[in-house]
Amino acid sequence: MLLDGKCPSGPLSEKWERHRQNLKLVNPANKRKYTILVVGTGLAGASAAATLGELGYNVEAFCYQDSPRRGHSIAAQGGINAAKNYPNDGDSIFRLFYDTIKGGDFRAREANVYRLAMLSNNIIDQCVAQGVPFARDYAGYLDNRSFGGAQVSRTFYARGQTGQQLLLGAYAALMRQVKAGTVRLHPRSEMLDVVIIDGEAKGITVRDMVTGHVGSYAGDAVCLCTGGYANVFYLSTNAMGSNVTAAYRAYKKGAFFANPCYTQIHPTCIPVSGEHQSKLTLMSESLRNDGRVWVPKMNGDKRTPNEIPHAERDYFLERKYPGFGNLAPRDIASRSAKEVCDEGRGTGSSGFGVYLDFEDAIKRLGESVIRERYGNLFEMYDRITGEDAYKQPMRIYPAPHYTMGGLWVDYNLQSNVPGLFVLGEANFSDHGANRLGASALMQGLADGYFVIPYTIAGYLAQAVPGRVTAAHPAFIKSIEDVNSLTKKLLSINGKKTVNDFHRELGRIMWEHVGMARSEEGLKRALKLIPELRSEFWQNVKVPGSSENLNQELEKAGRVADFLEFGELMARDALNREESCGGHFRVEHQMPDGEAKRDDKNYCYVAAWEFKGLNYEPDMHKEPLTFENVALAVRSYK
Amino acid sequence: MAVTGQILVLFIIIHMIGNSAIYSGGLNAYADRLHSLPLLVWIFRLVMLTMFSLHIVFGIGLYLENRKAKPDEYAIRKDMRATFASKNMVWTGLLTGVFLVYHLLHFTIQIIHPESAALSNSDASGLPDVSGMVVQSFQDAGVSAVYVFAVTALFLHLSHGIQSSFQSTGISSERTLPVIIKTGAITALVLFLGYVSIPVLIYIGLVKG
Amino acid sequence: MNLTLFIWRQKGRDTKGSLEQYEAKDISTEMSFLEMLDEVNEQLIKNNQEPIAFDHDCREGICGMCSQVINGVPHGPQQRTTVCQLHMRHFKDGDSIYIEPWRARAFPVIKDLITDRSSMDSIIQAGGYISVHTGGVPDANAVLISKENADTAMDASECIGCGACVAACPNGSAMLFTAAKITHLASLPQGQIEAARRVCIMTEAMLQNGFGNCSNHYECQAACPKGIRVSFIAKLNREFMKAHLKDSV
Ligand SMILES: Cc1cc2nc3c(=O)[nH]c(=O)nc-3n(C[C@H](O)[C@H](O)[C@H](O)COP(=O)(O)OP(=O)(O)OC[C@H]3O[C@@H](n4cnc5c(N)ncnc54)[C@H](O)[C@@H]3O)c2cc1C
Ligand code: HEM
Ligand code: HEM
Ligand code: SF4
Ligand code: F3S
Ligand code: FES
Repeated sequence: MLLDGKCPSGPLSEKWERHRQNLKLVNPANKRKYTILVVGTGLAGASAAATLGELGYNVEAFCYQDSPRRGHSIAAQGGINAAKNYPNDGDSIFRLFYDTIKGGDFRAREANVYRLAMLSNNIIDQCVAQGVPFARDYAGYLDNRSFGGAQVSRTFYARGQTGQQLLLGAYAALMRQVKAGTVRLHPRSEMLDVVIIDGEAKGITVRDMVTGHVGSYAGDAVCLCTGGYANVFYLSTNAMGSNVTAAYRAYKKGAFFANPCYTQIHPTCIPVSGEHQSKLTLMSESLRNDGRVWVPKMNGDKRTPNEIPHAERDYFLERKYPGFGNLAPRDIASRSAKEVCDEGRGTGSSGFGVYLDFEDAIKRLGESVIRERYGNLFEMYDRITGEDAYKQPMRIYPAPHYTMGGLWVDYNLQSNVPGLFVLGEANFSDHGANRLGASALMQGLADGYFVIPYTIAGYLAQAVPGRVTAAHPAFIKSIEDVNSLTKKLLSINGKKTVNDFHRELGRIMWEHVGMARSEEGLKRALKLIPELRSEFWQNVKVPGSSENLNQELEKAGRVADFLEFGELMARDALNREESCGGHFRVEHQMPDGEAKRDDKNYCYVAAWEFKGLNYEPDMHKEPLTFENVALAVRSYK
Repeated sequence: MAVTGQILVLFIIIHMIGNSAIYSGGLNAYADRLHSLPLLVWIFRLVMLTMFSLHIVFGIGLYLENRKAKPDEYAIRKDMRATFASKNMVWTGLLTGVFLVYHLLHFTIQIIHPESAALSNSDASGLPDVSGMVVQSFQDAGVSAVYVFAVTALFLHLSHGIQSSFQSTGISSERTLPVIIKTGAITALVLFLGYVSIPVLIYIGLVKG
Repeated sequence: MNLTLFIWRQKGRDTKGSLEQYEAKDISTEMSFLEMLDEVNEQLIKNNQEPIAFDHDCREGICGMCSQVINGVPHGPQQRTTVCQLHMRHFKDGDSIYIEPWRARAFPVIKDLITDRSSMDSIIQAGGYISVHTGGVPDANAVLISKENADTAMDASECIGCGACVAACPNGSAMLFTAAKITHLASLPQGQIEAARRVCIMTEAMLQNGFGNCSNHYECQAACPKGIRVSFIAKLNREFMKAHLKDSV
């Protein structure tokens, strides 16, 4: 089946405006009769819940943390893009649109991306009005920096804590609505199922993580804003609780999962120090502005970095990409680092790390300048590794960071299941095959503040409010399903812990469905994952009971889903016989190792439909058409 | 709380300066001059009484509220900035309060040691012999000990209280707080020395009527 | 290295808890404190015991979820560091470590080391925001903000809402947390309009939610992983006085 993204017609710059004119409105007096369930309170969820509440809808907001302020958006350091052109350096909405679509290797919808670029400016205005303390210059104007290799300075930032500040802004707006009584909060609540009645999403089933009570909430529409799935790799820069469960269970209920193989690996993370490692920490990419990346030329060189003379160092990014050097895009920098480590030239005890060296920068600029620019990052590095990066080079290694794939949505952010809307990182919509730095925050907020308030009305206006209640048999069935899954997990009482399985899955995913994928490896993953999954269901040990707070049980449910989802990822990667953005198939590269896109055969979105665990999922295609940009080959030479 | 505390501190400072007249022998004259303005004295006493009462009522109220807010203690607790003084404000305050009652009965109402009461003894120039009363009292080890003890409690109270009141009234800032903390402690120390010196010096016989 | 741990175990909100002793063996100095606890938990699970429940999420010191009092200090011995960023190289072989939950009336224990901190959300709900509608706001550069004020707002806004200040305060006061929010908003022109009302209702909400008053022990600043300073408390008090003076005039 061909999918229709429902992009409005007309000139690119007028599509959204026109579309908004055509969307139905909900009568103000009726709004409070509609209940909207918002799952997730990261940037996307908090901004959506706050805005919908303010409009007068009756909103229920859920998150698994103890407070909505803790969504993983809080960890974003770098910044948020907007086409304000405050520095007058030639930026425009079209340029931001173009950069984003090109950054995504032409695998995103034109109309969506253009809307995103347009709304970026409203976001900055909104956040400033909320009191987000963006960096300013001495004259009191907002400051910008250039980020992630962009040619213009369009990134707004708040120290190294942009995500936190934006989230606190959205959280504050949400708290205001809680006080006003339009939004009810459900923290420490994990969504475990979507309830679909007559083909439309009408509720969710949620486990109260403190009491263990499993209950249902009925509503007129459901918004999933549950973030990304990079934790399928076990080690990633995501929070420990980040999961695919919400999205995956919606997928199992009929929502299509689009482009799961598009994952972004971030080049500058602190390397793994051992088996015990539970998560990876991102170091801001800005470090690459002054640091030089290298490994020893000699295999297995065990000398300390300072003992290795310059002539025996391989500054591989500068060598391979003289144009961009150490600032080569994320996927290229990441892949190159993995290559040299796989050759046996990696550094550190694990051999999985490359040096990021500030020696030359310190010589050139002086230590005080470096300290001023990156002091907090050096401090963070020291805190984690116990090493002083002023004296010896940092060690960095790529880590899974962001997932461009997600539930398929149309231009209205509605999935193929009517009434089920998906926002933020959880959907697939705006980044194509790769994400430009500083654009995920923008997307989350655009979706929540400025898109969903309009598009959800289009759906609600034709729905009868409060049509179903939680007494409907579908809810009772959903609760039963969730409970029986829980019972099953608790009854296995095997020998291995949930973490053992997750770590094992992560190893398979990183090895075969990671940065460089081959047909052989993917096929191997497709064999290993189901094996691991069946072992999981026979040999996992989940202690405790379901009737109170049980963190192992929570983890077990998430890992169970990752064990199914990993397979879908591998399948999608196997299907996509091309290299594009974050998806690199070794069979499809230029002679010089560059990614080779196949626009003729793969210029489409692959949206997968669940057909039962023992059946292959169906793939639906949404063809991507480009009317306003020419498909160019990315080159960073 | 903070405002009443600050007013009390002001009084304590003035009172110390007044008391130091004992060294120059002018205490009786000073006391007499004060008492020659009965209206002012009574207004002043009324204000002081209100301040003390408010301060005590708020102080105890706060203490009770705060104690309720922290029902369980840690098995191990390591203080980083809190001090003995800051954690025992209510006790040092109450001790001061109890002392005050004693002090008033002693020197103002003069029923504790009636034999030396200034009201019934006058000095050479016919003024009530306040100075003599003080000196005679402090020659008694017990009385001096009570005063030394009380003034120590007051010192602890003020060593935290003075700077704290500047923070509570929002007068301190990032820049000034360290200075205020230091100045507060020094003021408390000066007050302590000023007050403690009287009974001590009298007792060891360095100051005589 | 090997460690002896004394960890607070408590089954639920209404049950009594106690410190239990555990041995942590072969702990690598490279581990973070939470990874050390992960390791202990893996062993507990394999020995059919219930693992220790503790809050955590981002593990990079920004979400404010992790919350343990280690040897009497919230977030442990290293200054300006959350538990999740604390590493085992700061401990020695053979050390005894006491691990307890945040303690304050406003933070009832839910289980083991996990407490309920929704009272902090309640303080923000009372007024920790600028009442702006979505949309219809002026251009971001329409109101200029001096760098100094923007920096102060940012300093204050670094608070991650972890509650260590409350845990450290002998009065169980959330004054530092509240003051950080007041300072953040009161330093910005957008936040001025509601400033007087905000400071009154937020401090009121703090007391309503069972937090104590501030009597300037300054423990909170010492425990705060983000370096939020007590000068913000003075700022709150100043705003409070201003609000009341304005009221009475
Ligand atoms: C370390 C790091 C740095 C980054 N830096 C940048 C940057 O500089 N610029 C940029 O643009 N982007 C950056 N990103 C990406 C960006 O932060 C995220 O993509 C974005 O914030 C995602 O927002 P979200 O609202 O979609 O999801 P999240 O913020 O992840 O929120 C997910 C929400 O869903 C809830 N949830 C999840 N599952 C369930 C469930 N089953 N039941 C109930 N609730 C659930 C959670 O409680 C949470 O509230 C960074 C990401 C990371 C990890
Ligand atoms: C008589 C009995 C007294 C009692 C019971 C008492 C009690 C207290 C208490 C409990 C506090 C702490 C308030 C808080 O937690 O914020 C306090 C503060 C203070 N007290 Fe007293 N006190 C007494 C007498 C005095 C006296 C005699 C003085 C001064 C000479 C004084 C000066 C102060 C000051 C300056 C503060 C600091 C106020 C602040 O930080 O807000 N007190 N007192
Ligand atoms: C060595 C220490 C002190 C000496 C010698 C001293 C002396 C005196 C004397 C002589 C009087 C009576 C004055 C008069 O009636 O003319 C007096 C009154 C008083 N003193 Fe002290 N005093 C001392 C310490 C203190 C302290 C520590 C406090 C407070 C905490 C205090 C509070 C008062 C008060 C409230 C009065 C009553 C004032 C009045 O009459 O209205 N004194 N003191
Ligand atoms: S002020 Fe500091 S200690 Fe208190 S909640 Fe904020 S970050 Fe945590
Ligand atoms: S420790 Fe407590 S008393 Fe005040 S200064 Fe900090 S809140
Ligand atoms: S786990 Fe997020 S701050 Fe420690």
